[in-house]
Amino acid sequence: MSSANVLFDAPGPRARRIHLISSVVGGLVIAAVLAWFLWTLWGLEQITPRRWAPIFGSEAWIYYLLPGIRATILAAIFSITIAFAIALVAAMCRMSDNRVLRWASTLFIEFFRAVPVLIMMIFALAFVTAYTPVPVQQRPLVAVVIGLVLYNGAVMAEVIRNGVASLPAGQREAGLSIGLNPTQVRRMILVPQALTAMLPALVSQMVVVLKDSALGYFILYPELLISARQMGSRFGNTTVAFLIAAVLFILINYAVTVLAERLEKRLRRSGRSIRAKDTGYGPSMDVTAMEADLEGPQGRAQDLRPGGRGSTRGIGTGEGGL
Amino acid sequence: MQDIPELIERFDFIQGFGLVLWLTLWSAFWALLLGTILVIMRLVPIRTLNVVGSFLVAALRNTPLTLIILTSNIILYVQLGLELGPDSVTNNIRLAILSLSVYHAAFVCEALRSGVNTIPLGQAEAARSIGLTFSQSLRHVILPQAFRGAITPLGNVLIALTKNTTVAAVIGVGVVSLSMRRAIEFRPDVLFLIFLIVAVGFVLITLPMGMLTSWASQKYAVRR
Repeated sequence: MSSANVLFDAPGPRARRIHLISSVVGGLVIAAVLAWFLWTLWGLEQITPRRWAPIFGSEAWIYYLLPGIRATILAAIFSITIAFAIALVAAMCRMSDNRVLRWASTLFIEFFRAVPVLIMMIFALAFVTAYTPVPVQQRPLVAVVIGLVLYNGAVMAEVIRNGVASLPAGQREAGLSIGLNPTQVRRMILVPQALTAMLPALVSQMVVVLKDSALGYFILYPELLISARQMGSRFGNTTVAFLIAAVLFILINYAVTVLAERLEKRLRRSGRSIRAKDTGYGPSMDVTAMEADLEGPQGRAQDLRPGGRGSTRGIGTGEGGL
Repeated sequence: MQDIPELIERFDFIQGFGLVLWLTLWSAFWALLLGTILVIMRLVPIRTLNVVGSFLVAALRNTPLTLIILTSNIILYVQLGLELGPDSVTNNIRLAILSLSVYHAAFVCEALRSGVNTIPLGQAEAARSIGLTFSQSLRHVILPQAFRGAITPLGNVLIALTKNTTVAAVIGVGVVSLSMRRAIEFRPDVLFLIFLIVAVGFVLITLPMGMLTSWASQKYAVRR
């Protein structure tokens, strides 16, 4: 069932005419607004061919955009890998029977979900500068990675825990009945299955990481945003530079989203997916994406796409949630 | 520990957190408004509005907030000369509110859509069968229930929004991030204390929001 066609009848000839007319009128209004905006930018000489020209030269890409993309992706890859390892440990601890471990990891997870990533990056930079032998040039990268790892580690730990929670009860019982103890059941049966099932969610968490890496701007990590801005000053085409940066970010994130969707489809075909507890990805520094589903209103409808109308691709595998 | 009052006093942490709350309040208001408009655009049976709505949501969700806030300052203000306030401080605060609202509107839209999906098919059918038009059923049947069903995700957006106000520091809006950076610069000896002050401040702000959300979602959920 798709949400869109629940809301109105199959249109008759008159309704179809009205829809068509409003569609055209709406389209014209939107086009007019866009045209006015572009016209203003053009009038202010922000997007004239002269401003675009540098983008088609090699200098912009070799010295600014490509290094920026590289730095952004580098930070993201480091962060996602380390965060995943931490998340695995934290999730295991939080499900542990040992009270101390459970409390410690609960505290860790709840604390680092509540503190803004930017705050952690600022702190991490100061910390790295004061207490570690990391060379000056590497400090911003390390700080960005620490900030991203702490937050996303906490979030991904919850994703894994939700994955385990949504496995059928029989899995655990079967494990216990063949004589494994609860820890072994978790380690050997539950968590591996949860990981496979939650893989798409974990991959789409990468989008959050990629977006949040742009916070490195504030602590002068030379990621895509900073290099785009520098390119803007170098060629005097700031507006164009920001447009390009936005397009690049959207393209990279879109690619990750598509990857996550593919994975999900494959998993669903092979019957290994748990009916997706939606984790989606939230506003950067999103808090509790998955709580939406834990406590959320009863059964989330499977299909949140407006029945094939319009494109909803590229907004995350965890569709509909945050 | 005896440094805490002095640090809070000297680096304007109270003002910083006040500004966080101020930005949160206004951005939440506008984001809710814009998000509702977006979700209506995606629900109406008008093709172009659907497409534009989905496109906007997808684009906003995949763009870093930092980029949006910087763009509002550098392009809207510096390049295009858009003035939202009498002086540059007010102006930047309002630009930050604008960017935060636009960015989070996409997430409000998604939250509301998940709310719409909690409404059973029969509701819309019943609305039609008693003769309500599309806009009437949207206003009296669909949206009220969507809001009630979307309380939890909306609460999550609000919490995320609160934390995201820190990003406004990139255009010089004096939220906590700037106080923190200044404090670290002048008192590096109490680094951990400074971090603790800020972190605890955020926990104190977001914790009640989370509790309020779960309470409200229990209280207002439509029992089915």
